[in-house]
Amino acid sequence: MPGSPSEPYEARERCEACEPYEACEPYEGSQQHVASAPSEPYDLAVIGAGPAGLAGAVTARTLGLSVALLDAAPRTGGQYFRHPAPGLGAARPQALHHDWAEFTALRRRFEESEAAHLAHHHVWTVTRQDDDGTWTVHALTGPDAASGTPARVRARAVLLATGAYERQLPFPGWTLPGVVGAGGAQAMLKAGLVLPGRRIVVAGSGPLLLAVASSLAAAGARVPAVVEASGYLGYARSPRALATSPHKLLEAAVHGSALLRHRTPLRTRSAVTEVHGTDRVEAVTVSRLDRAWRPVPGTGRRIACDALAVGHGLVPQIELATGLGCATRHTPDGTHALALDALQETSVPGLWAAGETGGTGGWQLARTEGELAAIAVAARLRGLPALTRSRRARDLARRRDRMRAFADAMAAAHAPGPGWTSWLPDDTEVCRCEEVTAGGIREAAGELGARDARTVKLLTRAGMGWCQGRMCGAAVACLAASGTAQGTVPPSAERRPLAVPVPLGTLATGPEEPGTT
Amino acid sequence: MPLSNPPDVSDVSDVIVVGAGVVGAACAYYAARSGLTVTVLDRGPVAGGTTGAGEGNLLVSDKEPGPELELALLSTRLWQELARELPARIEYEAKGGLVVASDAAGMAALRKFAAAQAEAGVTAEEIPAGRLHELEPHLAPGLGGGFHYPQDAQVQPALAAAHLLRASGARVRTGEEVTAVLTGAHGEVRGVRTAAGDLHAPHVVNAAGTWGGDVARLAGAHLPVLPRRGFVLVTEPLPRVVRHKVYAADYVADVASGSAALQTSAVVEGTPAGPVLIGASRERVDFDRTLSVEALRRLAAQATALFPVLARVRAIRTYAGFRPYLPDHLPAIGPDPRVPGLLHACGHEGAGIGLAPGTGALIAAILAGREPPVSPAPFRPDRFGPA
Repeated sequence: MPGSPSEPYEARERCEACEPYEACEPYEGSQQHVASAPSEPYDLAVIGAGPAGLAGAVTARTLGLSVALLDAAPRTGGQYFRHPAPGLGAARPQALHHDWAEFTALRRRFEESEAAHLAHHHVWTVTRQDDDGTWTVHALTGPDAASGTPARVRARAVLLATGAYERQLPFPGWTLPGVVGAGGAQAMLKAGLVLPGRRIVVAGSGPLLLAVASSLAAAGARVPAVVEASGYLGYARSPRALATSPHKLLEAAVHGSALLRHRTPLRTRSAVTEVHGTDRVEAVTVSRLDRAWRPVPGTGRRIACDALAVGHGLVPQIELATGLGCATRHTPDGTHALALDALQETSVPGLWAAGETGGTGGWQLARTEGELAAIAVAARLRGLPALTRSRRARDLARRRDRMRAFADAMAAAHAPGPGWTSWLPDDTEVCRCEEVTAGGIREAAGELGARDARTVKLLTRAGMGWCQGRMCGAAVACLAASGTAQGTVPPSAERRPLAVPVPLGTLATGPEEPGTT
Repeated sequence: MPLSNPPDVSDVSDVIVVGAGVVGAACAYYAARSGLTVTVLDRGPVAGGTTGAGEGNLLVSDKEPGPELELALLSTRLWQELARELPARIEYEAKGGLVVASDAAGMAALRKFAAAQAEAGVTAEEIPAGRLHELEPHLAPGLGGGFHYPQDAQVQPALAAAHLLRASGARVRTGEEVTAVLTGAHGEVRGVRTAAGDLHAPHVVNAAGTWGGDVARLAGAHLPVLPRRGFVLVTEPLPRVVRHKVYAADYVADVASGSAALQTSAVVEGTPAGPVLIGASRERVDFDRTLSVEALRRLAAQATALFPVLARVRAIRTYAGFRPYLPDHLPAIGPDPRVPGLLHACGHEGAGIGLAPGTGALIAAILAGREPPVSPAPFRPDRFGPA
């Protein structure tokens, strides 16, 4: 163990890389940091190679910990800093990314850090060893999880940096080809340099819409409208949070002026309430919404387009944590995020989280939290609580608090209104995997006495299919709760003990594990 | 208990059932059919406890001759009636069970078991090894043979509970937790208290399943119900590759075991919706939902040993449930002599879905003063003595 509390770290000479943390041991080479035998656990396993995970891994290495970084993708960057697929010959990925230079600097530091990069690792669960408290990260390896071979990575601490996925609120026609997720459209553009159409309406709610619209426009698409369900006036209710986050304001201004340049109108307090077309999208109906997000009758206006990019914010991807019993919090926009302490630790000791898992907040926040979490991990593993009181740690915590406050204000401004389900007729399919309609869910919640999403799922199969409710979960929860004051049972974070599907033949292999739970 | 106001008529019924799982729903259904007014209370939603985590096994094949088998045979007949009375969406399927033995010795044990069951009224047909694939084309080669139990069936438990409750016409109050059992001057039950107020009835049925011990305690009675955890694996949707409920002969021994340690014996079955369900592990670990990779490993290993074709099929979900376990593996059904007016209908372990209608019919007969359809004596709730 590299740091029992009795070792006099302070007396040693400080290395330059560790200097910001004020109280760490210099490290030489990598031999002591890399798990040398399969039986020897890493100090830290980081799950997710986006900005939070990269920053966490780099910082943990700087502080002398051995680190494994696991991610399903072949390359680092996560959802946001997605790389063009090699072979497409993209010469300038930075054209599609703000902050590309900052990201490549972070990536370079990671590559130089000698942390183990375990690409193509699809993590399906994390378990804790009863006897010594170490963690085992269970993954399927390979380009495709379905044919992957099993791998297990042991570590003394785990940092969850698993990001978020897009929230969808259904509407008639949302299953037509040509309707894509807003984040998905951006991902397609970044990874494959392809556009989902030539004339693309961007709709939904949240700050991502402006970024998506300006990326699509920059790549040559016509964007006849950006349709935002909230009013941006919501931001004015949190002037302090706004005033202290100049970076975010600048970002919004950049997107705003890009849209102006492309002559894209922004319609606020409006929503796409229907999609038209037979084989694919031909047009959308955009309606005005009242304050509760109910469509105002008679305001529908048809806009011709061949694609719709739609999304209503992001949902933290926290199933690995909820499977271990981590506490969650309600976010102001109606999702569940992990409840974290001031140093990014979850309610389960030894398990830290950073980035969108603690609530959507963007990549700068994710990176800040990743670094702070790694300092906390090093402080715990090496018995050096002083690390968390270093100037760097205090600076990071302050920045984190400021950005979190802004993120929460933004989430509140874009929270779906309770009236949105009124644009959902009974015959609209809500759960696409199991083909469950809004009417079927309303019946379960009404006559059959379901009062929460879990019971609706039991009675209708909504959310039991291939995507395990990632697509319909938000809609089902809203439909289940409507007609009751709040639902008689508080909605709980969804539990998905298998984060990705696992072949039975893979589950069946592996040594017996009497000591694990 | 003195009342400051005369009770509101909506707060008075003949019977209060605590628990909106399948057993509580069946008690409400048969009590209402006996002409009683019924209120069902649950602190959670309908089917929110063990019912919602169940596979919906309606089995006679795993039960040795005795009171549980008698109740199971009664329930089998009642489920057939219910399948005609309730909507098709409860997914009742008289699919039959197939118990397989790995070798000749296992087959001999099965033969003996089935012969004893036959005397108690169970239909079981011996399937020689050479004919196994007529019943289940995807079974592994080289098995010793098996027994086919045509009376085994399946139902979707949450839907069955919800439709039983709806058909009962009972007042259903979900999200209301019982905080006290109200008693009169002589210790007799007068009703229950919830955060929303007092509800009055001369009879309270404890159908709280795994939490039945807590409800008994509120009434001053002792009932040692313990949770016995089980994991179920759910695969991606498939065309019908498994036609019956198929399990290995070891299952019967595991069910009857009282050990706290992890035991697994896979029961494999297809569902009308497509996924194959693989149950069920058994271990006593209190109410701990943490995923047990070891339990999943064993379930998957046993299921793929029975059906090699499943090795490439993906599990998309798994969940844990907590069976209400009593030390002698029999449920507690009937009046509690220690608290007049209190009846119990809980502790069915892993057989609650199957035994629900028989339990409900038994409770309703006792409440209505009719001849019970089976003897309640083996299920006496006070058989465990004081704590």
